[in-house]
Amino acid sequence: MESLSNKKKVLEQKPLSFMERMYLPAIVKGMGITISHLFKKEATVRYPEVEREFSTNFRGMHSLKRDENGKERCTACGLCALSCPAEAITMIAAERKPEEKHLYREEKYAATYEINMLRCIFCGLCEEACPKEAIYLDGPIVPADYLRKDFIYGKDKLVEAPLEMKK
Amino acid sequence: MDTGFIIEKFILVVVIFAISLVIAMYSTYAERKVAAFLQDRLGPDRAGPFGILQPLADGVKMFMKEEIIPTTSNRWLFIVGPGLALLCACIGTAVIPWGTPVLIAGKTVSLQVTDINVGVLYIFGVVSLGVYGVMIGGWASNNKYSLLSAIRAASQNISYEIAMGLSIIALLLMTNTLSLKEIVAQQHGLNWNVWYQPLGFLIFMVCSFAETNRAPFDLPECETELIGGYHTEYSSMKLGFYLFAEYINMFVSSAVMATLYFGGYNYPGMDWIAAHWGPTWAPLFGTAIFFGKIVFFIFFFMWVRWTIPRFRYDQLMNLGWKGLIPLAIANIIITGIVIAIIEKF
Repeated sequence: MESLSNKKKVLEQKPLSFMERMYLPAIVKGMGITISHLFKKEATVRYPEVEREFSTNFRGMHSLKRDENGKERCTACGLCALSCPAEAITMIAAERKPEEKHLYREEKYAATYEINMLRCIFCGLCEEACPKEAIYLDGPIVPADYLRKDFIYGKDKLVEAPLEMKK
Repeated sequence: MDTGFIIEKFILVVVIFAISLVIAMYSTYAERKVAAFLQDRLGPDRAGPFGILQPLADGVKMFMKEEIIPTTSNRWLFIVGPGLALLCACIGTAVIPWGTPVLIAGKTVSLQVTDINVGVLYIFGVVSLGVYGVMIGGWASNNKYSLLSAIRAASQNISYEIAMGLSIIALLLMTNTLSLKEIVAQQHGLNWNVWYQPLGFLIFMVCSFAETNRAPFDLPECETELIGGYHTEYSSMKLGFYLFAEYINMFVSSAVMATLYFGGYNYPGMDWIAAHWGPTWAPLFGTAIFFGKIVFFIFFFMWVRWTIPRFRYDQLMNLGWKGLIPLAIANIIITGIVIAIIEKF
C-alpha cells in the first residue's frame, strides 16, 4: 500500500559486515561518546540547597490571603471544597463577633480550614472557584514528612502572615 | 622457617587484604560516581564531603538489613556460597608482585606474598573456583531464576576461560615462565608485553570482563530478566558478599592485566628513579605506579559498563566460541612462528 504521509521508511536488514561483526570499532566510538560526557556540565540541581526557578504559573502550596487591611478574605462559602476533584478541602464556618471585625472581612469566616496535602492534586480549581480571591496556590513545594496526619494543613500553615509581620 | 619471615609475610598478607578490601569498597563508590559523571549526573554526594563515606553507609545498611534464608533452600550451602565467592576473589592477590623488594628498617622485604613458579596457573585455578560460589549460591537458593542464572554464569565462565587460557599461552611462549615475578621483571622500563601481544591482550581483556561478570557480559546477574540472577534470594550481608566479590574480582583481574601486559610496577625512567630515590622510596613509587595502572583498569571496567549494552546469550556464546577461541589459537600460531623465525636467524 502506498504511504499517504510519505513518512514511511523502509528498513533494510543487511547482514553485518566484517567490521561490524568485530564490534570493536563501534565500541570505541561509543566509548568516545561516553567519555566526552565526563567533561560535560551535570544537569543535576542539588534540590534542598538549590531550588530551580519555577515558571510563573507554577502551582505549589496553598495560601489563604488577607485583604489590604490585613483581614482574612475567606468567608467559608465552601466553593473551593465543592470544586475540589480530590476532596482535599474541609472547613467549618463560624459567625464573626463584633470584636473580631479587624480579623475577618465579612460576617462569616472559616473557623477551621484544612487541606489534606496528600489528597491534593494541585489542579488549581479551588483558586478558580473562589469568589473572594482568598486562596492561591502560590507557595513552594509542599515539604515531605513522616506521618500522614502531618500532611493535613490547618489555618496555622495556610493563612498568609499578617501585613505588619510581612514587613 | 624463622619467626621474622612469618611475621613479615603475615603483615604483608594483612596489608594486601586490607588494601584490596578498601579498593573494592571504594570501587562501589567509584562505580556510582563514574556512572553519574558519564550520564551528566552528580552521583552520591550526601554522606561526607563528595559522598566519600557512602561505602560505609552502604556497609552499615547491608548489615542492618533483615537476613532471610529461604525455608526451602539448602541452608548450609546457602551460607557457603557467598563465603566461597568472596574467598576465591580474595586469595587471587597472593601471587601478584606488588613491587620490587623494598628496604624497610635495614631489611629487604619482598612485596609479593609468595612467588610460586606456576603463578599464572594459580590465578587461573582461583578464578575458576570463583564460579563455584555463584553455582552453589544459585543452586542452594532453590529458585528457578537463581538456578538459570547460575547455569548461565557457569557456562559463560567456562567458555571464556578457554579463550583466556589460550591467549595466555601466546604470552607464555614469549616469557618462557609461569612465575608472575619473572614475567614482570622481564618487562623492564617500557618493555611491556602489550607491545608484543596486542591481540593477546585484547582477548585476555574481553575474557576478563566475562570472568568477572561485568557488562557487557553481565548475563548472570542481569537485573531485568533474572531479577538479580544468582543472588535473587540473598539479602543482608550475604548479598553484600556477592556484590563485594565482584568488585574484588575486578581489582584482581585489573592487577593481573597490569602485571601480565602492562609491566606491573615497571615504568619508563625507573632506573633513574632507582638511582636517585634510594632503595626504599623507588620501589614504593613503582608500587604506586602499579596501583595507578590498576585504578585505570578499574575505571576502564566501569567506563565499558556504562557504554555498552548487554550481549544476548547466543551472541555471547558466538563471540566466545567462534570469535575469541579461533582468534586466540591464531595468535598462538603467529607468535610461535615469529619466535621460531627470530631464534633461527
